[in-house]
Amino acid sequence: MKRKIITGIIIVLCFLLQTTVFDALSFSHIKPNLLIIVTASFGFMRGKKSGMFVGFICGLLSDMAFGNILGFDGIIFTLIGYGNGFFHRIFFDDDIKLPLALIGISDFLYGVVVYLTAFLLQGDFRFPYYLLHVILPELVYTIVITLVLYQIILYINKKLTKEEQRSASKFV
Amino acid sequence: MKIRNLNSIKSKHWLLILLAVGVLLVGIDSLTDGKTPIRYLTSYTIVPLQKGISNVGAWMNDFSDSYKTLAEMKEQNKELENRVNELTTENIRLNQNQFELERLRDLYKLDEDYSDYEKVGARVIANNGSNWFSDFLIDKGSKDGIKKNATVLAGAGLVGIVTEVNSHTAIVRSIIDDASNVSGMILSTSDTCVVRGDLTELSNGKIPFEKLANNDNVVEVGEQIVTSHISPSFLQGILIGYVSEVNVDANKLTRSGYITPAVDFSKLQEVLVITTTKEELTQSKE
Repeated sequence: MKRKIITGIIIVLCFLLQTTVFDALSFSHIKPNLLIIVTASFGFMRGKKSGMFVGFICGLLSDMAFGNILGFDGIIFTLIGYGNGFFHRIFFDDDIKLPLALIGISDFLYGVVVYLTAFLLQGDFRFPYYLLHVILPELVYTIVITLVLYQIILYINKKLTKEEQRSASKFV
Repeated sequence: MKIRNLNSIKSKHWLLILLAVGVLLVGIDSLTDGKTPIRYLTSYTIVPLQKGISNVGAWMNDFSDSYKTLAEMKEQNKELENRVNELTTENIRLNQNQFELERLRDLYKLDEDYSDYEKVGARVIANNGSNWFSDFLIDKGSKDGIKKNATVLAGAGLVGIVTEVNSHTAIVRSIIDDASNVSGMILSTSDTCVVRGDLTELSNGKIPFEKLANNDNVVEVGEQIVTSHISPSFLQGILIGYVSEVNVDANKLTRSGYITPAVDFSKLQEVLVITTTKEELTQSKE
């Protein structure tokens, strides 16, 4: 229960930061995608199930606040969380390369899907431009933020896991 | 027992359930035209928090502003005095024009005046989280008299249009958004054009315009572009920006180019929303 509440707080906090604070910290209209970081890291840290639930909530939140179609981001984020869950088996705490790569790939895929659905379907074929000026800068900025945010999420997760193990061993 | 049952559902099946819920929501949302009740949830949960954060941000801005150095202040003061002088002379000239205009209007029985619409001030409390769209949230809604398709200004320039209204918040799509199309008009010649928001021009701080008739009227750099009389949703005569580049298209029939907007979209904090929509204005006259 405690874990669920803390996870919820992390999601809401990241969403709030993204819509308010990071808008002021954006470089040439590009801001990082914190919700992707949260979704992906819960995916590979906790497995498919956690990943997709966190993803679903993150997506729904961003849909409800602004999304053009309710449920659209929800579906994308659910799939991203689920996909990252496949890497739970080869995930180790002290290795930062895998999380960085996975978060980077997730953000890239998210960008491509948004381009395909919101721009290509309207007949906008300037993909190279969007790739160089929106998707890749966002990816770089997101990875820079990951270096900090991921450590915090990892630390919280470690603490919670330790606590859960302790309380479980009490009952034995 | 029940909890054990929930845990025993495989993640594959959970994925299908969540995706089904997602698809269902998409379906409901497109059927109800974006008025799904779930959307109202955020205006009572998330929005107050966003309001709090942006208030803190505004307070910090004020704080840093009040520590400007004296030299900066003096320089600014000088600049502003010059500006006052300029504006006074311009005002006199405009007043003379105004008298003439009133006289001519009387002659033409054009008693309508577009300049004094009733406005509501609102604060920007959140921006779209993604880098693909440029819409933002303001802290006034239908309870404050804001309606869908209301025109939104900041300072003297056009900012955008209200696309969604809740009781205490509203979402505004700015004219730099990729989905935005505004019918504009060159002020001096009254030729109409289409001002189309473009994501690729966002970082240059410009908005493209197109479909301007290639006639004998010369359009020079620096001329004002305002919202046109044929726009179905934007009120007439609101400054969009200044022409910064104009070219004749390859078809030789139309001209296109770029506008420097009158509003600085990167530092939008307060906006004004006009409470009368164009729709009401045109219907009440019939």
